Amino acid sequence: MRLGGRHDGREVRVRFDGRRLRAREGEPLAATLIANRIRVVGRSFKYHRPRGIFTAGSEEPNALVTVGTGAARVPNVRATVQEVYDGLEATSQNAWPSVQRDLLAVNDLLWPMLGAGFYYKTFMWPRAFWEKVYEPAIRRAAGLGALSGEVDGEVCEKAFAFCDLLVIGAGPAGLMAARVAARAGARVILADEDRDMGGRCLSETWEIGGLPGHLWAAGVVDELAAMSNVTLMPRTTVTGAYDQGTYGALERVALHRPAAPDLPRECFWRIVARRAILCAGALERPVAFPGNDRPGVMTASAVRSYVTRWGVAPGRAVTLFTATDDGWRTARDLAAAGVRIAGVADARFDAPESGDFPVWRGGRVTGTAGRTGLTSIEIVHEGGTLRQRTDCLAVSGGWNPSVHLTCHMGARPVWAPEALCFVPAEGGVPGLSVAGAARGVFSTRGCLEDGAARAREALEALGLACGAVEVPGAEDDPCRVAPLWHVPGKGRAWLDLQNDVTVKDIALAARENFRSVEHMKRYTTQGMAPDQGKTSNVAALAVLAELTGRTIPETGTTTFRPPFVPVSIAAMGAGGEGRGFAPERLAPSHEAAEARGAPMIEAGLWYRPSHFPAPGETGWQEACDREVRMVRQAVGVTDVSTLGKIEVSGPDAGAFLDHVYTGTFSTLKPGRVRYGLMLREDGFVMDDGTAACLGPGRYLITTTTAAAGQVMRHLDYVAQVLRPDLDVVSASVTEHWAQFAVAGPTARTLLGALLDGPPELAFMGTAEVSVAGVAGRLFRISFSGEEGYEIAVPARFGDALWRQLVALAEGLGGGPYGIEALNVLRIEKGFLTHAEIDGRATAQDLGMEGMLSGAKDFVGRAAAQRPGLTDPERPRLVGLRPVIAGEPLVAGAYLFDVGEVPKRETALGHVSSACHSATLGMALGLGFLRNGAERLGERVIAVDHMRHVMTLCDVTRPCAYDPGGGRMRG
Amino acid sequence: MARLLARDPFGGLLPLSWGQVTAMAVDPGPVTLIAPYRASVGETRDRLRAELALDWPDPGRATGSGEAALLSVGPGRALLVGVPAPDLPGAAVIDQSDGVAVVAVSGADARAVLARLVPLDLDPVAFGEGSVAATLVGHMTATLWARGEALRIVGMRSMARSLVHELERAARNVAAREAMRNR
Repeated sequence: MRLGGRHDGREVRVRFDGRRLRAREGEPLAATLIANRIRVVGRSFKYHRPRGIFTAGSEEPNALVTVGTGAARVPNVRATVQEVYDGLEATSQNAWPSVQRDLLAVNDLLWPMLGAGFYYKTFMWPRAFWEKVYEPAIRRAAGLGALSGEVDGEVCEKAFAFCDLLVIGAGPAGLMAARVAARAGARVILADEDRDMGGRCLSETWEIGGLPGHLWAAGVVDELAAMSNVTLMPRTTVTGAYDQGTYGALERVALHRPAAPDLPRECFWRIVARRAILCAGALERPVAFPGNDRPGVMTASAVRSYVTRWGVAPGRAVTLFTATDDGWRTARDLAAAGVRIAGVADARFDAPESGDFPVWRGGRVTGTAGRTGLTSIEIVHEGGTLRQRTDCLAVSGGWNPSVHLTCHMGARPVWAPEALCFVPAEGGVPGLSVAGAARGVFSTRGCLEDGAARAREALEALGLACGAVEVPGAEDDPCRVAPLWHVPGKGRAWLDLQNDVTVKDIALAARENFRSVEHMKRYTTQGMAPDQGKTSNVAALAVLAELTGRTIPETGTTTFRPPFVPVSIAAMGAGGEGRGFAPERLAPSHEAAEARGAPMIEAGLWYRPSHFPAPGETGWQEACDREVRMVRQAVGVTDVSTLGKIEVSGPDAGAFLDHVYTGTFSTLKPGRVRYGLMLREDGFVMDDGTAACLGPGRYLITTTTAAAGQVMRHLDYVAQVLRPDLDVVSASVTEHWAQFAVAGPTARTLLGALLDGPPELAFMGTAEVSVAGVAGRLFRISFSGEEGYEIAVPARFGDALWRQLVALAEGLGGGPYGIEALNVLRIEKGFLTHAEIDGRATAQDLGMEGMLSGAKDFVGRAAAQRPGLTDPERPRLVGLRPVIAGEPLVAGAYLFDVGEVPKRETALGHVSSACHSATLGMALGLGFLRNGAERLGERVIAVDHMRHVMTLCDVTRPCAYDPGGGRMRG
Repeated sequence: MARLLARDPFGGLLPLSWGQVTAMAVDPGPVTLIAPYRASVGETRDRLRAELALDWPDPGRATGSGEAALLSVGPGRALLVGVPAPDLPGAAVIDQSDGVAVVAVSGADARAVLARLVPLDLDPVAFGEGSVAATLVGHMTATLWARGEALRIVGMRSMARSLVHELERAARNVAAREAMRNR
């Protein structure tokens, strides 16, 4: 049934539970359902009772629906928030097979057994059934809506915004505040949860400045929209107050439209405001009475919203149960709109008379009837008892200011006994003030004045001048409320509709001594549903107070935490889906490697080729074996640009390196390279690498790929904090240089073909070179154990140089190799990576105690001498080879003595790296073994408990190939 | 042996335009990190003024309006952009020309697009001509520089492709919002 209504929208078609309905574009789905007389929109959480629409806002506890179909469907959408569009599809939740006939309604018959904390007292026998039967069954039955479980491909976004003043809420208080501040030149953001700005102006019939409230609001919005220093953010809920004026907000960008490519559904904002004013208004508080959860029972302000704003009548014979003056607006506004009022039950004895409908003074509703929709109510009043036929009961128990944001940093709200509500504590969030109904000012004129006053204060704090402010005239009636939290009687009276918590549950909690409001909340789950108890918190603690003989302030309230409304993880994580999760760092040879079909492996944020498949090869192992042989017998080229490269220079650069490395570098001559070990302050090894001296006071150090950032931070820390006396500069040049390793017996031949005048470089030397006229650097170092070089050019030439190197290598019977082969080559030589330097290893564990200089101090020196780090029982680096040819060795396996039961207490160490060695034709590994140095030649068993692999191994020195190093030293 | 061809860090992905925003690759010319040694701060600044007519920038600022500019990128260090560095014996002079990938974002929606990626106030009153900030663009560290009509992002070469993708995603989303609003 459609009335006039203020909302104007073209007619569209939507579907609910498969039924096609006529709707007006832009109205909430709840209004559409009401217009089409759909009364049961869902089933309650525990008891599966039929439920209808209760409110007209985002605090809705009952009308949760699933919107959309397929992968992108969204559960638990409040029908009071979802705007309809042509083609919208929505379904009810928590019912099977249908919301009209739900088999789980049998729960309602079992209600005496399903009260607060029932799962602590029931489903206990037989014991084995709990994990296998009861818990899975309860889990399946729990919850309201369900995710699709598929990747939905919907787009969300995140964004940042900045302003002088953030005004939260665009009702009378917020509009006044925003206008005052904007006219004074402040940068203002005005955010409101609704599609239209105006707050209660949109649904009430009062006047402001001689205009109907909603027209006054529209005029202010028009003025603000034209100002360049104002950003209007409708459909935006400020969800949380965080440090230093940062607020989280969720904008429903396009949930009111069909999906479109690139159109984000939601945007999660972080708004930084120098000042903010909370004008979030208040939420109406219902009264709990027996049978108060039937479809058709609604808050009075919601009834007015549906009739006045949306033009739909929630009933044909509406009754009102009120303890407030404000509730009477419902009767007047509905009558004016042509909706029949069947009567008003006013709990107060001084309620006015009316000629148009019966008024029951001292009236309380004590019962209801109508399972799938209200049909009648039972009223007890000063004149007796009666039963009244009605299909919609509007309930008004008072207003609860929306104080939530003011508590997000730990403050608790304060009880205001005259207004019978909680109001914000002063200064709960620095920089945030509160205006209007959100702080208990309930008259329209009061809200306008309050908004203006807070804006003036904010402008003063911002250092902006504020001119004269005129506050338009509006009603200024006192808002009288009588305290009525619940009506005792037979039958359950609901407090938390969303979690199915009743007054009886609170009573049970109190009886069982869960008397603290914190305990009551957790024991009964009141306030713990997605609606966060917005329509039940105050009533529940008032009931608890009454039952435990305390006042409301004595009972206190639980706190509020962000978010104020549910926020989808897709919005908070926008941009992080799939490959958006992290930036991709690509090496200079990346395109060429991809073109050759090299699969990529992630090393930190870098992508590195695993191997370069040749035609006919069946897998990575085959390619890896070929590449290893190729490097040992001819020449291989690999991209090492990803390793960290840091230039350290300055008058004290040498002394600085002496302090960060365990060895001495101040004596390193220009043109020479030295291997170095860096410890953390706690004495454990942080990284190993090389340092080259480029000239007096100029060095270039390398780090392992994944540790580059950590080492850079460490160097900054040492320079700024530990040795501020040293005059030194460290800067990363990782990105500037493309660097490639050329390794193998014919590496020198290759370089001869590449370079203009190849230098004679001794092992561990460096020189400047020219590559086809481009200035580059050459290093003679080896990670493969063959004669090896690294050649560096500025990164813009990296791709071209790579291609040349590969062509020249192939001409010599070699080619490119990837990191699988790189790893095998170094394991064969016993060289270390962060598989060994895993943050738990000391220099002694690695067999490198000789690298700790005794002549100078260095970072970690003192801590490395602690008994725990020098304990001779610590596992030490060894090599491992399977005794039986062909047996595998698995990294991560633990080492045990032969014949010992392999369990935690008998473990002697572990395998840190393992591979198949193409050079030696067997599996090979490195690991740590207690007393490793004394046990060379003995046997141990490597056990991988997860993959069930056990391998008998010989303990050897770490280096398995060319132990003298002759091949690389030349 | 053959010449080595240079590649642009964006691999030909730019320029791109979406809705009211354009992203163009900028060839910054030589880029050099200059960090005076403590003992020679004054001398280095004097030399820069003498040779390039550039003042040492305050934190958060860039100096120079012509071909050359000095950007403040950290305590005691600045990035010289556009001309080769002069001889500065009292400073660390570190070539970064190939380490950076510079993109200029311009157009009516440039700030709206960057609002999706940069946690800074980019309103002209807060980040006007000559402003510099070391900040994040999405998940990547970069230096932001307001110069002329455009906001320049000085990012890392290895992440150039990711930077373009992030800009593209944000720009498409902003353009889609505009289209919805105008429908």
